[in-house]
Amino acid sequence: MATEKITMPQLGESVTEGTVSSWLVSEGDHVNKYDPIAEVMTDKVNAEVPSSFTGTIQQIVAKEGDTLDVGGLMCYIETEDTEEKDRSDADDIISTKQALNEDSEDLKKKGAMMKMRYSPAVLRLAEEHQIDLKQVSGSGRGGRITRKDIEKLIAKKEAPHVAFDHSLPKQMTDRQKEKASLLINERKGTTERGDVQIPVTGVRKAIAENMIRSKTEIPHAWMTVEVDVTDLVTYRRQIKDEFKRNEGFNLTYFAFFVKAVARSLKEFPQMNSMWGGENIIQKKDINLSIAVAHEQQLYVPVIKHADEKSIKGIAKDINELAMKARTGKLTQDDIQGGTFTVNNTGSFGSISSMGVINYPQAAILQVETIVKRPVIINDMFAARDIVNLSLSLDHRILDGLVCGQFLARVKEILENMNQQTMNVY
Amino acid sequence: MAVISYIEAVTAALREEMQRDESVFILGEDVGKKGGVFRATDGLYEEFGEQRVLDTPLAESAIAGVGIGAAMYGMRPVAEMQFADFIMPAVNQIISEAAKIRYRSNNDWNCPITIRAPYGGGINGALYHSQSVEAIFANQPGLKIVMPSTPYDVKGLLKAAIRDNDPVLFFEHKRAYRLLKEEVPDGHYVIPIGKADVKRNGTDVTVITYGLCVHFALQAAEKLEQEGIDTHILDLRTVYPLDQQAIVEATEKTGKVLLVTEDNKEGSIISEVSAIIAEHCLFELDAPVRRLAGPDVPSMPYAPTMEKYFMVDPDKVERAIRDLAEF
Amino acid sequence: MTTNRHKSLGLEDNQVLDMYKTMVLARKLDERMWLLNRAGKIPFVISCQGQEGAQVGAAFALNRNIDYVAPYYRDMGVVLVFGMTPRELMLSGFAKAEDPNSGGRQMPGHFGQKKNRILTGSSPVTTQVPHAVGVALAAKMEDKDFVSFVTLGEGSSNQGDFHEGLNFAGVHQLPVITMVENNKYAISVPLEKQLACESVSERAQGYGMPGVTVNGNDPLEVYEAVKVARERATNGNGPTLIEAITDRLTAHSSDDDDRTYRELEEIEAAKKKDTIILFGNYLKKCRVLTDHLEHSIQEEVDTIVNDATDYAENAPFADPESALKHVYEE
Repeated sequence: MATEKITMPQLGESVTEGTVSSWLVSEGDHVNKYDPIAEVMTDKVNAEVPSSFTGTIQQIVAKEGDTLDVGGLMCYIETEDTEEKDRSDADDIISTKQALNEDSEDLKKKGAMMKMRYSPAVLRLAEEHQIDLKQVSGSGRGGRITRKDIEKLIAKKEAPHVAFDHSLPKQMTDRQKEKASLLINERKGTTERGDVQIPVTGVRKAIAENMIRSKTEIPHAWMTVEVDVTDLVTYRRQIKDEFKRNEGFNLTYFAFFVKAVARSLKEFPQMNSMWGGENIIQKKDINLSIAVAHEQQLYVPVIKHADEKSIKGIAKDINELAMKARTGKLTQDDIQGGTFTVNNTGSFGSISSMGVINYPQAAILQVETIVKRPVIINDMFAARDIVNLSLSLDHRILDGLVCGQFLARVKEILENMNQQTMNVY
Repeated sequence: MAVISYIEAVTAALREEMQRDESVFILGEDVGKKGGVFRATDGLYEEFGEQRVLDTPLAESAIAGVGIGAAMYGMRPVAEMQFADFIMPAVNQIISEAAKIRYRSNNDWNCPITIRAPYGGGINGALYHSQSVEAIFANQPGLKIVMPSTPYDVKGLLKAAIRDNDPVLFFEHKRAYRLLKEEVPDGHYVIPIGKADVKRNGTDVTVITYGLCVHFALQAAEKLEQEGIDTHILDLRTVYPLDQQAIVEATEKTGKVLLVTEDNKEGSIISEVSAIIAEHCLFELDAPVRRLAGPDVPSMPYAPTMEKYFMVDPDKVERAIRDLAEF
Repeated sequence: MTTNRHKSLGLEDNQVLDMYKTMVLARKLDERMWLLNRAGKIPFVISCQGQEGAQVGAAFALNRNIDYVAPYYRDMGVVLVFGMTPRELMLSGFAKAEDPNSGGRQMPGHFGQKKNRILTGSSPVTTQVPHAVGVALAAKMEDKDFVSFVTLGEGSSNQGDFHEGLNFAGVHQLPVITMVENNKYAISVPLEKQLACESVSERAQGYGMPGVTVNGNDPLEVYEAVKVARERATNGNGPTLIEAITDRLTAHSSDDDDRTYRELEEIEAAKKKDTIILFGNYLKKCRVLTDHLEHSIQEEVDTIVNDATDYAENAPFADPESALKHVYEE
């Protein structure tokens, strides 16, 4: 003797429930297997439900009018002989569970070495927010750092920073690196009491290496000219406020200098060259690197095709690049492809300096501070705005003659910049 | 507002559109007096008469082809294929004709036909009453393929399909017919074809799916919520052409994407979704894109054990989401 | 031969002369396209030659203002009667932007022009039969007086869509006229290897509609059969199947060489009963056509064909990017 359940059968392909319209048996009735016990109504069919067992109806659970899901309990029946219970469902569950366990074991093994495997999203975020992934612990499988881990750090502003630097050339050969690091080590200072030791890492190290390469490889020579920019100063003063109102960014002197340099480079393409060992590469595009300092870092982003841009266009580029440098948003593209560097040393008040060439370019021009100076014009003293332009040149590529001509041209352009000759747009 | 089932939403959309527009008519096998083998056209024969709820000979190519001819004339036929599995004889009419009529005539003719067909498994339907056939049509520009997941969407999308001036295949999940019920507004509303829908907002794992599998994903998400796994669910609704923007946005949401279909895996709708993600979202991805689908065997077998093995279900979706969440 | 058979069919002299002119025009346009193809100017031709009588005769029996036609690829005669111009046909041959059939998207012979109620067609054969049945269904539902007219070759009558479409039309008694242009070849496969029964028209019995076989080389016989069918259809008596026995005077298409499967004598014999020659003879016997008039018709048609060729050849192609347009409603 055993008690069995009779449940709502699936009566039709899309049917998910059935309503007991009437019971054809009562509790205590004896039924044979396949005798009808109830009438059931569904959306698709009306049918008599047969008993699956021979036995006595023990308890009717579903009342007439009740709607049951397929598989819902209709009644209990006490069977006369112990029939073999349908075990397929139970088996099914067991095997599924086993499969589940096997899967997760397998996955654990696979995940063991995931700590150093970074997904594209994690790498991107780390780069954008200058996060040192080595210092981040991951919550993913095998200790993998997940995107969410990084997002949480960023939200909490707790990310361990690393200074990423795109500004310096990365094509250093192993030999050069070796040499550079040797030189750094050779010149080591000794520490005495009270001295502060600042570890040389990241950008500082890269700057050091590049400067050494430039200075040890390139035979530098120097040349300075004095330029009278009185007209330019007057002109800029006249228009700068309105410019700021219209454009939303400052019209700096530097933009005018960049313009003059770009135009002169067009006329003296030798200056826009690179040392290629067996040959000198004269670059077609005039892309001007400008040095931008931010805290302990030096970036050299590039104004592309400076010769094709107006003063306004250049000023806009300068503004954007400086902003990006300060917010750490410079992209690889922003710092690539420079062919000549203009360095705004004047912003520090310098009146004379010797720039280190931005390897592998041929020259760098330092634009110094504009100062009021007495100058003799037509045998009379006059107060004029004077600026020094200091050029460092790679003597393998350039000689004094061409550099002199180039600087004379820059000077000529600058001295003739005024309302009549120059439109900022 | 009344609570109605998925199939009642089909009937409601048909009735409303037939009341609204005299050129709308239904043709198919058993759609008339019987009201459809699934009862999708229940009561429409009585309301609109034999002419507009037309029992056709048992010949699918004619059901499609005659509908196409009437559509070119200017009618708005709604053709019913009794099962999606039986659409095969009509494939030539659908792909060579309906899909290309506007294009081949340089916009001179068009073909505003809707072809409805119940698809999907998990109903003891075996090989020829269980299939998902959308992938066959999903590289045929000129066609639109709609596969709604809820009664609300069924009504709004079927009405949009009928009003659309191009051919629309409208696949209804037959297991959803009576399983899914929800409140659906009585009056007219239309859901635009071609727009996916976020069915659940989450931050851990994105599930992109359609049809009944949306329901499975929602069930799985509910369980996983208790474990602290937060699932984002995008219902494609229109599987061709795909809503690329919504796919990209849903991917960006979590960077971990599970694609689900009950169709065979290779060459399925979700394969295309995966390609879109690969093209547009590399730097958003935090895990490999995963596909949960039927195995690559011809179709779903009859025996309950094998059917269960083939068919996607909430447990399988749950496991796959958890696996991605833990990745 | 009975003179003035056309009068007894209710056709005036100028109408039969018009029929004759249209047949000559179709022939000459087709011949020109072959020349253009052989000159390398157009990639493909598929001919109406030999079947113009059946096409023009049938189309004249329809109402050109309200009826719908679903022609197959040889039906230049049908579309000319229904309003497509020689220039438009040539534009299609050259695949130019202005081609009203498809804007240069489809091969020539894939007709379609909504303003003239010519349903757009494709290359898979006989798909147009259910379409014509669908249009006829619309006529019945809207209680309109138009009929639909669909044509196909005898080989295509083996397709499922032929059976499915005609059975549907028979069951629902729809106003559709199906005309099989039996030119005895499905590319290279002859009639006896296509049909298990004696004639295509016998098949009508299975679809509960009358089936008739007529001499397709005689436009008047075809005209009469279609006229009767149209009356049946508009009276609510349902569809008709007509089989017009014709001859294909060319190879299947410009890409086919029929010498590999057809005897020269057979083609020579067919040319002797060329529908244009026979109809011309009849019109001369009726004194509707004179040698002089025939000559001036030839000249007039030559002018039209030359103009159409020049116009189409000089017309612009569609922009390449226009290939992206009109997939869906825009």
